[in-house]
Amino acid sequence: MAVKTLSSLDVYSGHPERKYTLYTLMLGFAALLLGTLFGPLQALNYGGVDAYPLLKPLVQSYYQGLTLHGVLNAIVFTQLMAQALLVYFPAHELKLRPNMTLAWVSWWMAFMGLVTAAIPLWGNAATVLYTFYPPLKGHWAFYVGAAVFVLSSWVSIYLVLDLWRRWKRANPGKITPLVTYLSLVHWLMWFLASLGLVVEVAVFLIPWSLGLIQGVDPLLARTLFWYTGHPIVYFWLLPAYVVAYTLLPRIAGGKLISDPLARLAFLLFLLFSVPVGFHHQFADPGISPGWKFFHTVLTMMVAVPSLMTAFTLAASLENAGRARGGRGLLGWIRTLPWHNPAFLGVTLGLISFIPGGAGGFVNASFPLNQVIHNTTWIVGHFHLQVATMVTMSAMAAAFILVPHLTRKPLLGVGYARAAMWLWFIGMNLMGFALHWMGYLGVPRRAHISEVAGQYQGTLPFMALNIISGVILFVAAAFFFYALFATALQNQRLPEAQTPELVFTQVVSGPEGSRIAQLTDRVGFWFAVAAILIVLAYGLPLVQIFTSLNPVPGVRLW
Amino acid sequence: MQDNHKVIEAYERGWLVFGLAMILVFIVLIGYTVLNRGETISRGGGQIEVATVRTTSPFANPRVEQVGDEYVAYVQAFAFGYLPAEIRVKRGVKVTFYITSPDVQHGFYVEGTNINPQIIPGQATKLEHVFDRAGTYRIVCNEYCGIGHAQMFGKIVVEE
Repeated sequence: MAVKTLSSLDVYSGHPERKYTLYTLMLGFAALLLGTLFGPLQALNYGGVDAYPLLKPLVQSYYQGLTLHGVLNAIVFTQLMAQALLVYFPAHELKLRPNMTLAWVSWWMAFMGLVTAAIPLWGNAATVLYTFYPPLKGHWAFYVGAAVFVLSSWVSIYLVLDLWRRWKRANPGKITPLVTYLSLVHWLMWFLASLGLVVEVAVFLIPWSLGLIQGVDPLLARTLFWYTGHPIVYFWLLPAYVVAYTLLPRIAGGKLISDPLARLAFLLFLLFSVPVGFHHQFADPGISPGWKFFHTVLTMMVAVPSLMTAFTLAASLENAGRARGGRGLLGWIRTLPWHNPAFLGVTLGLISFIPGGAGGFVNASFPLNQVIHNTTWIVGHFHLQVATMVTMSAMAAAFILVPHLTRKPLLGVGYARAAMWLWFIGMNLMGFALHWMGYLGVPRRAHISEVAGQYQGTLPFMALNIISGVILFVAAAFFFYALFATALQNQRLPEAQTPELVFTQVVSGPEGSRIAQLTDRVGFWFAVAAILIVLAYGLPLVQIFTSLNPVPGVRLW
Repeated sequence: MQDNHKVIEAYERGWLVFGLAMILVFIVLIGYTVLNRGETISRGGGQIEVATVRTTSPFANPRVEQVGDEYVAYVQAFAFGYLPAEIRVKRGVKVTFYITSPDVQHGFYVEGTNINPQIIPGQATKLEHVFDRAGTYRIVCNEYCGIGHAQMFGKIVVEE
């Protein structure tokens, strides 16, 4: 293999969007690295071991560590993954270059927003957790930084809309290519979804933190937060689904079973992701049970595209396993490329998504929710969904993308493979323990290790938390070793040997498909989604807005 | 390949019918439970001005009142505790709880029951429960409320 060293200028001169994608990806993984450092500390806390006194001058409290863990992993890392993958993928598929000026504007907005919010976070001036419910009041720089960071995603929305429009103009009457369609629907969903958070932060929290208004209505803030707060999980999930639909079957050695069904699944996410937020507010006073039930029904509907996805992906993997010579009822599983860390990442993530999704039905069931609301059950749930499925898919994407973008071959493949297995095992053990503890009533987000002995009934699960925390720490170390060893090596392959990024072929394509034609009316479906939101949120929001009851802020940490 | 494709489509239809039927059953069960067993579901107990919670509001004197054959409890969830510090009721008697907060959001999770409302300043939460087992129940705050959050407990004593 011919290997030579080139300056970065040569590498990216023909493909400036690759540099943007790499920088966005690496900024995201830097956030994940920092946020993940606090992960084992959380696991120790829920094992009854308090390591925070040891960190005293650097980190003031468990709650500051938890805020950093949540903000960096759940808000920063996830959004940057979307901004890297779902801007680059459509550009790559359409062979069009995104508007590079705006692409860098989005990167710098994200970076500056992050830095601005990081200062009060490190200074313990915004220990409000990643839900930042008023009346707990953080430093204004936290809200301003968060707003700038989130608004950078609106630039990404424009970038992909612009790519799509340019392609449509050059290809009138043609159906949007699959990857672009999925990405576009994701960004349109996010535009509708982000409005709640943007209004909450820009109209209420920033003026309040600056002292311009005296108080904020906590119920309104919760409602706006969860308007965004549920669909935000689909904003995190759909990039992982794009990887699973359009890269995984090819990595596995087969084809995606159906292109139109992938479109349909994403369209259902556009329709049902947003008008479901009250299922995070089942326990709230001030919202009538009737509206909560309405949101329950819509929440159940949003399970449908994931059920479809489970079928399509399992069938695609079977297709791949059989193409590789697998026989019999289950023989195709053995022949899948289990040695490939990218395959492992997505597949093990998807497997974890099954128990996670089953738990999601419990969370969404209005009366059952009373048993597990604000317990560690919820923490177990989203660690299977976000911290396993979404995060492992992003890691898998990095194993493919970093070599492709930089022309640096993947190093530390053994570490990468081990990291995927350990991450999968650690997260599933921890998810299991947290679900049980939550079922037994252990509160989430609580520094329970300072009141050791209050939760004696859950000791075996506490022990499991410690074990999984250690496993995950090793997994993270292995993953970041492989990532940085690859990205920071100074050898590059010649241009002709650029590792490819090739999207999956499909068994049944969009040609002549009624579903593909109907789903391609993006503007129409966007309008339907907006109408559904007005139906689900219109009246309750009018009620809350017309009877605002502002409450002054306090700092209690 | 064509036949294979037909088989996959048939399985897929079956799977989706199963999924939709499952969801329908869930929705019916949820509706039934909310209507018939939903007494612990938190309902609006009205708005309240936060500054008055400790002074002139019905919560200024946290207490359990006996009203006819039932109890009515007015509870403050505050950073970092509950008032009354001990809620004393009888087994098998309906208790209506009104709960609010004078400062930030809190939880009011009563271990071993379905009582688990969100306590939001500016709002009173209302819910009902009949304790059918005598004993001491612990109340746990399960919404982050500040540095003393994990130490925020309360107590309900149910007597025979």
